[in-house]
Amino acid sequence: MDIINYLKEHENKDMLRFLTCGSVDDGKSTLIGRMLYDSKMIFDDQLAAAESESKKYGTTGEKIDMALLVDGLQSEREQGITIDVAYRFFATENRKFIIADTPGHEQYTRNMVTGASTADVAIILIDARKGILTQTRRHSFIVNLLGIEHVIVAINKMDLVDFSEDVFNEIKQAYTELADELGIKNTYYLPVSALDGDNVVDQSAHTPWYTGLPLLGLLDSMDISKEPKEEDFRFPVQYVNRPNLDFRGFCGTIAAGSVKVGDEITVLPSGKSTKVKSIINAGDITEDNRNVTTTEAFAPTAITITTEDEIDISRGDMLVHTKNMPSVSNNLKVMLVWMDENPMQIEKVYDIKRATSIVSGSFEHINYKVDINTYKRKQVNSLGLNDIASCRMVLTRPIAADSYSDNRLTGSFIVIDRITNNTVGAGMIVGVSRRNTEAISKKYTAAEKELNTYIRKYFPEWDCKAI
Amino acid sequence: MITKKQLTHLKQLEAESIHILREVAAEFTNPVMMYSVGKDSSVMLHLALKAFAPSKLPFPLLHIDTTWKFKEMIEFRDQRVKDLGFDLVVHSNPEGLEMNISPFEHGSKVHTDIMKTQGLKQALNTGGYDAIIGGARRDEEKSRAKERIFSFRDKHHRWDPKNQRPELWNIYNTAIQKGESVRVFPISNWTELDIWQYIYLEEIPIPSLYFAQEHDVVEYEGTKIMVDDDRMPEKLRKTAKKEMVRFRTLGCYPLTGAISSTATTLPEIIKEMLLSTSSEREGRVIDKDQEGAMELKKIEGYF
Repeated sequence: MDIINYLKEHENKDMLRFLTCGSVDDGKSTLIGRMLYDSKMIFDDQLAAAESESKKYGTTGEKIDMALLVDGLQSEREQGITIDVAYRFFATENRKFIIADTPGHEQYTRNMVTGASTADVAIILIDARKGILTQTRRHSFIVNLLGIEHVIVAINKMDLVDFSEDVFNEIKQAYTELADELGIKNTYYLPVSALDGDNVVDQSAHTPWYTGLPLLGLLDSMDISKEPKEEDFRFPVQYVNRPNLDFRGFCGTIAAGSVKVGDEITVLPSGKSTKVKSIINAGDITEDNRNVTTTEAFAPTAITITTEDEIDISRGDMLVHTKNMPSVSNNLKVMLVWMDENPMQIEKVYDIKRATSIVSGSFEHINYKVDINTYKRKQVNSLGLNDIASCRMVLTRPIAADSYSDNRLTGSFIVIDRITNNTVGAGMIVGVSRRNTEAISKKYTAAEKELNTYIRKYFPEWDCKAI
Repeated sequence: MITKKQLTHLKQLEAESIHILREVAAEFTNPVMMYSVGKDSSVMLHLALKAFAPSKLPFPLLHIDTTWKFKEMIEFRDQRVKDLGFDLVVHSNPEGLEMNISPFEHGSKVHTDIMKTQGLKQALNTGGYDAIIGGARRDEEKSRAKERIFSFRDKHHRWDPKNQRPELWNIYNTAIQKGESVRVFPISNWTELDIWQYIYLEEIPIPSLYFAQEHDVVEYEGTKIMVDDDRMPEKLRKTAKKEMVRFRTLGCYPLTGAISSTATTLPEIIKEMLLSTSSEREGRVIDKDQEGAMELKKIEGYF
């Protein structure tokens, strides 16, 4: 093909981010290695390195261990496991893909949550010999929790069950029930053998009964666009650009919707309103012209806005259309994933980073913890590493709050420990809590505090607030 | 009004990188951007111009000059400073200069450690930077694939691959103690092809060494290197032959392998790249020193 045309085509590709879920034994790294290898993303020198390492650490005998192409860190190669999130890239004619390769074991739930946070699609690997396992339930729960709407169920190791259609259908039937239980919107089923490449890039001759696309073809063609709806404009102010007294621009990335010059906008949480005076689309800027403006911009473009009136706007504020505002509150119902070795402490003050705002706050109450294997809810008093729970979060200042299901970028936050500075948790806003409390200033006696602790411990159903 | 609005993958990557750059400028008190004069640095500089227009860059650029860079790289660098007007800090390890460190004499390992890794640490300590923006990409090397976009470094600039902060959505944890720092990689999610495509579309200037030209080259430790000055041992220089070559990456000339090529335009380079069966780092001598070489170098503080 002519290179100029090729470039034209490549220029118009879209992007799809997907997550692979499965554990070592499911052949996840092998599947990714296979996709990269068969789509010619592995270069000779990388292959030669994998070949020599296959002899040292490999688990596949004479064949090249595809997993070694992707298992990044030396310690992981030695142990033959994937312990962290790794990102891989490849492209087809239509799309560029970013793979988040995450570990599957329960102790790495936080890594999987991390990988899932940016993915549009999840591939869940199931060993054809074993069917749906506890880990399948766990992976599916996380995928759904993080708002991934498309799940590809890759039933792997079909070569070990003689490419049996019955086995495939049984697993498909069982997973359909699981998907319904969770409310996963779109599911796709594929019989594959990652080790030999069946139905990965090319249609397998071993599965004549399977008429669907191979994995790569499916990823390349699946429609992941959201149902068309009028999206609310959300613009978290990231940076104030003030080169001189005549220019005061508010920089940020549009999180949702679109904005035009002249639109009436409101600054949240302050509630002051103004109009959009000009918009700079950062992408339009060139070396020779650093003053290009535009009339309209949409998500996820990086822009700079100037306003008609000189009102107080700073980093962490959210600009929205005046006609379509989210609720503003400091008291939120959230789903929290705990990611630190040190348990979450009720009442302890953490920094909450949501979009571009950092506000301190605490978790006042754990409504329930979810067992991610059985989906059962439990009453608990603390959260440990990898625990997932519904909590009430109270911030020291109100924020404009969207629910995560409405907006992934304005409905999500991370929790930072103020002493260690570590990211200790990640959360998703479910909604504004009905009880709209202000930060408490009252001083309690030791006896009152004890009573409060007693009630919260033994009568969780009272939903008693921590003091 | 409902219309289907979508950004192409390059526009999405561009927006993501600009978001990251702005996050650095907003959250850190003393950031710096590494500038190595190569194509990735050129893209980063371009993205930074976009992120902060109409202002000038809110942080300086830092070049670790090992004194063994191609001559053209230094000329190109200084021309860019003139054209675009940004602040540039250049640092060469004074102890290394004193010892007269040469890749030919001391080998790539010692040279890289003293002139690059130690030189970088000195410059970072002197500058007291709390955020160091780098142009590394996750597709370059296996250990990079697991590195965060905001990658925490302790007081000794060390990376702990097993103890990285979780990084979710586009929310970056920028909290650090005094003396600690964060390495930030805004083009983490770009591939080599994306970089070239973007340079082509945006007409970003890059050094001419990337394009095939006739150069004097010699065979040295299994790679083809260019005779850039007479510090190359005379015995070696005598074996030089004129060949049409270009470079896929730019660094210290004795450590940067040339490839035979006739590609003199960007589309031709991209075409060659697409047909190539070796990765771009193959030309870099340092990656092959030992297995897991890059991971070890990164733990030590190399970019």
